[in-house]
Amino acid sequence: MISGKYKKTVFLLLLLILLGTIVIAGSLGSARISFSDVIKIIISPITPAGIENNVIKETSRIIIWKIRLPRIVLTVIAGMGLGVSGAVFQGIFRNPMANPYILGISSGAAFGVTLGMTMGLQVTFLGIGAIPISAFIGAVGTSVIVYLISGGGRDILPLLLSGIAIGFFLSAMMSLLMYFNRSQLENIVYWTMGSFNASNWQKAAITAPVILPGIFFLIIFARDLNLMVLGEDSANSLGISVRKSRLVFLLISTLITASAVAVSGVIGFVGLIVPHAIRIITGPDHRTLIPYSMLGGAILLLVSDTIARTIIAPTEIPVGIVTSLLGAPFFLFLLNRMRHPK
Amino acid sequence: MRENNVVQTKNLDWAYNGTKVLDDVSITIKPGTFTGILGPNGAGKTTLLKLVLNLLDNEKDSVLITGKDIKTYSRKALAKIEAYVPQSVKIDFNFTVEQVVLMGRTPFLGRFDRESGEDIEIAEWAMQETGVLKFREKLITHLSGGELQRVVIARALTQEPAILALDEPTSHLDIHHQINILSIIRSLAKRKNLTILAVLHDVNHALEYCDNLFLLDQGKIVNSGSPEKVITPGVMKDVYNLNVEIKKNPFTGNLYMVHDYT
Repeated sequence: MISGKYKKTVFLLLLLILLGTIVIAGSLGSARISFSDVIKIIISPITPAGIENNVIKETSRIIIWKIRLPRIVLTVIAGMGLGVSGAVFQGIFRNPMANPYILGISSGAAFGVTLGMTMGLQVTFLGIGAIPISAFIGAVGTSVIVYLISGGGRDILPLLLSGIAIGFFLSAMMSLLMYFNRSQLENIVYWTMGSFNASNWQKAAITAPVILPGIFFLIIFARDLNLMVLGEDSANSLGISVRKSRLVFLLISTLITASAVAVSGVIGFVGLIVPHAIRIITGPDHRTLIPYSMLGGAILLLVSDTIARTIIAPTEIPVGIVTSLLGAPFFLFLLNRMRHPK
Repeated sequence: MRENNVVQTKNLDWAYNGTKVLDDVSITIKPGTFTGILGPNGAGKTTLLKLVLNLLDNEKDSVLITGKDIKTYSRKALAKIEAYVPQSVKIDFNFTVEQVVLMGRTPFLGRFDRESGEDIEIAEWAMQETGVLKFREKLITHLSGGELQRVVIARALTQEPAILALDEPTSHLDIHHQINILSIIRSLAKRKNLTILAVLHDVNHALEYCDNLFLLDQGKIVNSGSPEKVITPGVMKDVYNLNVEIKKNPFTGNLYMVHDYT
């Protein structure tokens, strides 16, 4: 664990790593664009008009602005959201093994998408298609149902168990729908593996206003999570209302997770591992854990997505596969570390 | 204005899912006293403690803190008056001792405040009082039961409360640490005019440390007053079905109880 005075340095370091990863991700792909060109293209809207950038090819400009950057931005926003909501869910459930999908959000989103696809849903909203909309509604709807049937979050355990039960139920419903609609099987399965290949600026523009203010709010209220980790009675006796705080935290982190899942599918392990790894660096204080997990989530997901689209190019593998392939061994390493502390 | 009764309950009733746990409980506690709540398992001791901490949804005007209905306090305002040491604390996250103790300052901080130097000084004082200052950097997950209990008490003291409510503060401790913790608490009550309300299991601890006792049985107060008045062979036979003798402790001059094992 690092002491207080180095915390800002580590934060800046993570920020630099994220910016570096953005440049590398912008550079890699079927058309290789140099790092300096990527930087020049990205900052061109804020570059004074006098400076000549004409040496850069117009195709590079188009590739960056129309293809790579929207995908990078969306990946970064989703990664931030998953990292932060993972930290928050672990705090709410007082359990470092919790993750953002614990209340059945992933099964709910997958069920929503399956239902939408099999019914041939054709709605759009603010330029967003049927799949993200059905995923978002499925995810949020499931969390609300889990919250209500577990007695309004009175206790943590019923919430957790209801989440698991509803998750299994919706997975079974989804399998049933898939079984009778085999023509959609491939699309559904690919969606659940998670991918950013259908990224565009509209998706980034509709996700950012949910996830970024959500994170801001969670950072402001992070201290309450520290108290909640002490237990409900202790937290109440320290001057917060646990039931109210829990509802607010659940609501915001559910909206964040649902937004990330809606635009990318089910991406595992980011929300579990990032807060874990960050906790090893900074300790468990949520006032630092949450902002650091935001950067950690963005870095991990952007690295994973860049690997996913370049490692066997021109074929792209779903990013959910990469995060789990990278994440599972890393997680086992952390578990091992916890069992045998040095 | 100093109220004469710092904690008071008026005909307090409480039921869990239709089962009566507390029945017409009226207690009054004077400032700066060490009050013990005694009684067999299931007598309602913890429930009573939680009710005077506003951790359960009781009716209006049944619990008064410094003369005012507990329901008129915000949680934050109440946290500046009352601190709570629960029966068992389990924390799965690697906070340091100092971080946990500093959480006691939360009721005094605004939403955007960080702990000031003064807050840290108060936490250091509390850690000094409870003997945990020397391992302030240690992780909470690496502490023994006795160390953790003292950290939780330090966190409660950091709230600078007028009332400290403890639920079986010695339940997981060996006899040395039991005495250590109760002596710390008694000394604070004397020096800081802190009002102590503690659920206790050990009758001899109650006889040694408390100024006042409430004996609960099946949700009712069956006896109250000074320890020598409350703990009598007749009462112990009625409540615990034990044959006891009350003697004088040659070390402290206070009373202690012995009982048969049949």
